[in-house]
Amino acid sequence: MNGKMRIVVDGIIRNNPTFALLLGMCPTLGTTGSALTGMSMGLATLSVLVCSNMSVSALKSIVPAKVRIPAYIVVIATFVTVLQMVMKAYLPALDQLLGIFIPLIVVNCILLGRAEAYASRHSVVDSFFDGLGIGVGFTIALTLLGVVRELLGTGRVFGLAVYPEQYGSLLFILAPGAFIVLGLLIGLINSVRR
Amino acid sequence: MKQLKSSAINMILVLGAFTLLAGLLLGWVNKLTSAPIEEAAARALVDAIGEVAPAFTNNPVDDVMVFVPENSGREVKVYPALNGDRLVGAAVESYSLEGFSGEITVMFGFEASGTVTGYRVLSHAETPGLGANMDKWFSSPVGHRSVIGLNPERNNISVSKDGGDIDGITAATITSRAFLDALRRAHEAYVMLLNTKKYKV
Repeated sequence: MNGKMRIVVDGIIRNNPTFALLLGMCPTLGTTGSALTGMSMGLATLSVLVCSNMSVSALKSIVPAKVRIPAYIVVIATFVTVLQMVMKAYLPALDQLLGIFIPLIVVNCILLGRAEAYASRHSVVDSFFDGLGIGVGFTIALTLLGVVRELLGTGRVFGLAVYPEQYGSLLFILAPGAFIVLGLLIGLINSVRR
Repeated sequence: MKQLKSSAINMILVLGAFTLLAGLLLGWVNKLTSAPIEEAAARALVDAIGEVAPAFTNNPVDDVMVFVPENSGREVKVYPALNGDRLVGAAVESYSLEGFSGEITVMFGFEASGTVTGYRVLSHAETPGLGANMDKWFSSPVGHRSVIGLNPERNNISVSKDGGDIDGITAATITSRAFLDALRRAHEAYVMLLNTKKYKV
């Protein structure tokens, strides 16, 4: 497989932030009450991650080692704030749905983790593909979790009815359901991997 | 390229430059997006008014009036719906602090007589699947769930558990009480608008 493809596929499967690295658990548990919010959160994180990875990689040689963490956080926070303003302006409904979880992307450890572990040691192009792979991996994980929770909780997938709502179990929409479904999915994926 | 040395002057310069650039970038994006953000908020408000109130020919947002009903610590905004110069009803942005998870805000629509024409929940933090169902519950035709067509002057706006005319949400009585509290407050504010006699009915 071609080198760049390898980086992307690694980000989605071997280094999947949710199922393999177990990073970014706060939005993972908080925004996956429905498939749509999970997917939107994944895409929002993806866009910030690609930008921050590329910037960190481009700026890595001018950042003194002792202040690299605050410098990376400034970069990430800037992109997150830009994203939030753009969403408020052009996608107000989605912004309302995700609420506090958009500004919280700043403290998502996936972003700082990739900046520190990957982008600060690799080229801009490689960092772009790493951000893309990890971001897509995160989006897939959140969408999957959202689909399962929404289906078991309300009988719908992406808002389309699969079975009548009264047979759904509220537990899966609420916080405990997030832990239960996440644990079962991680177990399932690990057993398939072996 | 070798990484820059961590001397005090380097660290100050780099962090200073980063924050300065970030500030400039954010200022620029803010300038680009502030107008669309305001438009989006205004559009959402007009949408909500149009959805709940009787058809109007004026711009209710320009004619907004503010009242503080009894037992309310804060202002309630009333958007009059006019047909020509005749008052055909209003949309009232009401609230209740008695929700299961704090504050809820609801936009209620009234006919001129005070009969409820519709509502839209604007913000809340109620339990998903229980209290959060209020967005559809109180307009559902099932049983005595709906508040639409009721008039707080004739009907007892409380849940049947408290002797009222409305079936509260199953397993979310606190949310139901808060919702109806917001409705009573909205109606009070609407009556205050009528009492100003500013518009012909």
